[in-house]
Amino acid sequence: MRGWMGKFRSLLLFSALTLFLAGCGQENLSALKPEGYGAELLLDLMLISIAIMVFVFVIVMAIYFFVLVRYREKKGQEDFVPKQTEGNHTLEVIWTVIPIILLLVLAVPTVQATFDLADQSSQDEEGVLTVEVTGNQYWWHFNYEGQEIATSQELYIPVGERVYLDMKASDVIHSFWVPAIAGKMDTNPGENINTMYLEAYEEGVYWGHCAELCGPSHSLMDFRVVAVSPDKFEQWKEDMQNVDPEAEPETASAKEGQELFNNNCMSCHAIGGASAGVGPNLTNFGNRNKIAGILEPSKENLVDWIVHPDEIKPGNKMPANIVNKEEASKIADYLMGLKHTDVGTELDSVNKPKNDQ
Amino acid sequence: MSTAVAQKRGLGAAIWDYLTTVDHKKIAHLYLYAGGLFFLIGGLEAMIIRIQLMKPDNNFISAGLYNEMITMHGTTMIFLAAMPLIFALMNAVVPLQIGARDVAFPFLNSLGFWLFLFGGLMLNVSWFTGGAPDAGWTNYAPLSTTSPGHGVDYYVMGLQISGAGTLIGGINFLVTIVNMRAPGMTYMRMPLFTWSVFVTSTLILFAFPALTVGLFLMMFDRMFGSAFFDVGLGGNAIIWEHLFWIFGHPEVYILILPLFGAFSDIFSTFSKKRLFGYSAMVFATVLIGFLGFMVWAHHMFTVGMGPIANSIFAVATMAIAVPTGIKIFNWLFTMWGGQIKMTAAMLWSVAFIPSFTIGGMTGVMLAAAAADYQYHDTYFVVGHFHYVIVGGVVFGIFAALHYWWPKMFGIKLNEKLGKLAFWPFFVGFHLTFFIQHFLGLMGMPRRYWVFLEGQGLETGNMISTVGAFFMAIGTLIFVYNVIYSAKKEKKADGDAWGTGRTLEWAIPSPPPHYNFVQTPLVRGLDPLWVEKMDGKEGMTPAEPLGDIHMPNASFLPFMMSLGTFIAGFGFIYQVDNKAWLIAVFAGMGILLGSMLVRSVKDDLGHHIHKEEIEEDIKKGVAK
Repeated sequence: MRGWMGKFRSLLLFSALTLFLAGCGQENLSALKPEGYGAELLLDLMLISIAIMVFVFVIVMAIYFFVLVRYREKKGQEDFVPKQTEGNHTLEVIWTVIPIILLLVLAVPTVQATFDLADQSSQDEEGVLTVEVTGNQYWWHFNYEGQEIATSQELYIPVGERVYLDMKASDVIHSFWVPAIAGKMDTNPGENINTMYLEAYEEGVYWGHCAELCGPSHSLMDFRVVAVSPDKFEQWKEDMQNVDPEAEPETASAKEGQELFNNNCMSCHAIGGASAGVGPNLTNFGNRNKIAGILEPSKENLVDWIVHPDEIKPGNKMPANIVNKEEASKIADYLMGLKHTDVGTELDSVNKPKNDQ
Repeated sequence: MSTAVAQKRGLGAAIWDYLTTVDHKKIAHLYLYAGGLFFLIGGLEAMIIRIQLMKPDNNFISAGLYNEMITMHGTTMIFLAAMPLIFALMNAVVPLQIGARDVAFPFLNSLGFWLFLFGGLMLNVSWFTGGAPDAGWTNYAPLSTTSPGHGVDYYVMGLQISGAGTLIGGINFLVTIVNMRAPGMTYMRMPLFTWSVFVTSTLILFAFPALTVGLFLMMFDRMFGSAFFDVGLGGNAIIWEHLFWIFGHPEVYILILPLFGAFSDIFSTFSKKRLFGYSAMVFATVLIGFLGFMVWAHHMFTVGMGPIANSIFAVATMAIAVPTGIKIFNWLFTMWGGQIKMTAAMLWSVAFIPSFTIGGMTGVMLAAAAADYQYHDTYFVVGHFHYVIVGGVVFGIFAALHYWWPKMFGIKLNEKLGKLAFWPFFVGFHLTFFIQHFLGLMGMPRRYWVFLEGQGLETGNMISTVGAFFMAIGTLIFVYNVIYSAKKEKKADGDAWGTGRTLEWAIPSPPPHYNFVQTPLVRGLDPLWVEKMDGKEGMTPAEPLGDIHMPNASFLPFMMSLGTFIAGFGFIYQVDNKAWLIAVFAGMGILLGSMLVRSVKDDLGHHIHKEEIEEDIKKGVAK
C-alpha cells in the first residue's frame, strides 16, 4: 500500500516530526492526519521537504547567531577597520553544490508523487467507479457514471478502492478538496475536465471544502465524503437505484409538504437518479450530515434555509420567500423524512455535536 | 529651486513645486508619501480581515464586503504600497549611486508617478461608488468577468493606468543605469542596490506587458461584449490565469530584488566590510531574475495541467532556491569578520535573514508540485507569501528607509524609536503568520469569510489576530517616529553613518537638486570607501567646475494622468449610459492635447551657473 517513502517514517527525525504534526487539527479534516492514499503520499513528501528544510535552517541559524554574537562592534574598537574580504571560491562552490544535491533529493520523490497521483491507468477497467463531480455556486453535485445514481453535497465511496472523479464546474472555477483523503483539484467551466482519484483507508465521514474563491459564499461551500466498506457500498448503490421519487410520506404534514415541494421546488431540485438540475439533488436528504453543507440538520434550520437562503449563503441562487414559513415547515417535514438508505448513518460525523462534549 | 526657497514662498508654491517637479529626489518623496498612505490603508484592510477571523462564525463584516476587503488588501499592498515604496527608494538612491544628476527621462519619471497615483486613486474610489472589486487580487475569470456591479471594472482600469506608470518607470531606470553612470562606474563596480534595480527594471519591462494584455482582454470582456474568457462562447478562462501569473510571478521578484540590493548595501555599510562574493551576488541576482520568468505555472499546479508540466515547473521553481541560498550565505559572510553596528536599519536587515529563509523554505515546499495539492489556496500559502513579502519586502523597505532617510530628508530617523517600532512588528509578524502554515494544513482554505466552530481552527486564528495587532502597533510607532524625527532630529552629515561606501554618501544630505557639483571619477567598487582608504576627504572630480544643465519642471505629466483618469471613468460607466463616452473623449482630449503641447513646445531645460554653484558650496549645501 505504501510507497518507498513510507520507510522514511522509521527514521528518528521523521517519527518526531510526524508526532509533532499529528497533534494538529481535527480528525477527518486535517491534511496532517491522512486517512487516504493521496493524503498519506503527500504527507510523506511534505515530511521529506520539511526535514531537508529544517536541516538547512539549522545550519544557516548556527552561522547567523555565531556571526551576530562574535562580530558585534565592541566598545573602544570603533575605529578598527576589518579586512576587506573579496570572497572565497571554495565556500561559494560548497554553498552552491550542496543545495543542488538537496534539491535533487527532493525533486525525485516530487516527480514520482506527481505522476503517481495523475495515474489514470485503471480508470477504464471493469468495476472501477467514476463519479462526475460538478462544482456550482455554492454546492457540489455527484453523478455516478453508468449507475443512474446522483447525489449532491455527500459523496459516498467504498473504502480501499480507487474512485475516479471527472470534474468540471457549471459557473465559475471551484476547487475540490478533501484534505484527509487527497489533495485538491480545480473544477473548470466548460469542457475542460480534470480527473483525480480518491482512495480512503478507513470508514468515516470526511470534510471537504471548496478551495478556489468563487463568490461571497465561498467559505460555506462545504461538502462531505462518506467512505463505507465495499459491502455497504453495494447496499447503498442498490438503495439509491431503487429510490422512488414519488413515494408517499407517512405523516399528513409531510404529505402536504410533498405537494408543496412538487409545485414549488421541483423545477430546480430532483429526488432520485435524475442528472444535475439547477439546484442540488435531494435524495436521502433526511440522512445528510448538514443542511446546505454547513447547518446542523434540525428542522428549525431547514425552515430558515428554505425561507431565507440568501441570509445563510449570501449570493446563492435559490430564491428567498418562495413559500412562507408555515409551508416551509411542511416541506421540511417531507425532506427530513427522505431517508433512502441506512448505509452511513452509523458513522460518527465530524462536527456533529457529540453527547459526551 | 531648493526646499528652503519653496518654504519661504508658502504652501501653495510648495504644492505647485511638487505637482510640476521632475527632480528624482522630489519624485521619490511623492512616491514615499503616496505609497506610505496606501500602506496604511492596506494595513487597515488587513486588520479588518483579522478581526473578522478572530473567532468562528464571526459576523463582523458581511461575506460580500469581506471579499472586497481581501481583494483590495492584496491589490493595494502589491501595486499601491510595495511598488511605489520601492520606486521611492529607486528614485532617491539610484541616480546618486551612479553619480548622475537626474534620471535619463525626468519628464517620464514624473509621468510615471502621476499615472500610478491616479490609477491607485481610481481603484480606491470604488469603495464609494457601489463596491470595490471582489474577485481576489488575482481576479480569476470567470468569477471576475461575471462579478456584478463595477468593482472589477475599477480593478481593470485602475491597474491599467498605474501599470502604465510602472512600465514607464521601469524603462526609465533601465536607460538611466545603462547611460548615466559616472566615468569609471563600470557594470561590475555598481553597488548591489543599483544592480538589483537594473535587473528589476528589466523584469518590469518584460512582465508588465503580460498584465497589460490580460487587463485589456478583461476590459473588452466586461465593457465591450467580447468573450476571451467566456467558455460558453468559445473563450478560455484559464488563459487569464496564465497571463496573470506570467506577470505575477516575475512581480514577486520585482518586489524583492531591489530590497535584496538594499540589504547588501546595509550589511556591507554596518559591518564595515566589502560585500562578500560581489560577482556571485550579481550573478545570483541576474539568475533569479531570469528564472523568475520560467516558473509562473507553479501558481497553477491544481488547474489540471498534467504531471509533465507540473513536474517541469516544480523542478524549475526549486532551482531558484540555489541563487537565493548563495545570497543568504554571502550576506552572512559579509558580516563574518566585520564590525557589526546594530542600527535600526541593521536590525531590520538582520531580522530579515531568518524570516526570509523560512519564507524561502516554505517556497521550496510549495514547489513540490504534488504536495502543493494540499497547500494550494490554503493558509499555508498565505503564511508563505507573507513571510517573503513582509519578512523580505516590508522589512527591507523599513531597513532601507532608516538607512537612506538622512539622504532623502537631511535628518536621521530617531534610532531609539526605530528599534522600538521594530520589536512589536517583528514579534507580531511571526505570531500572525507562522501559525497560518499549520492552519492551512489543518484544513483552512484561504479567502474564507468564516471558519466553522469545532474544526480545531479557533486557537490558531486567535493567535494570528493578536499578532496582527502587534504589527499595527509597530507601524504606528514608525509613523510617530517620522513626525518626531522631523521636529527633533539634527541635520545629518553627508556621510550620515560615517561608514558609507557608495557615491550617495559623498554628497551632502540632502543633496542639492543638481546632486553633484562635479561628476565624480569612480576608481573601484565602493568608490567612496576607496577614496577614504587613500586618505582623501571626498571623490576626485571627473570634470572641471562649470555650468550645469538641468531639465525644466512641467505640469504636463499631471495633466496627462488626469486625462487618463477621467477617461477611465468614462470607460467604466459607458456600459450603463452611452453619455459617459463624453468623459472618454474629454479625458483622451486632455491626454492627447498635453502630448501635443509637449511635442510642439521646445523645452531645452535650464542652466545653473557656476557662480550659483560656488555660492552653494560656500553655504555648505553642495560639495
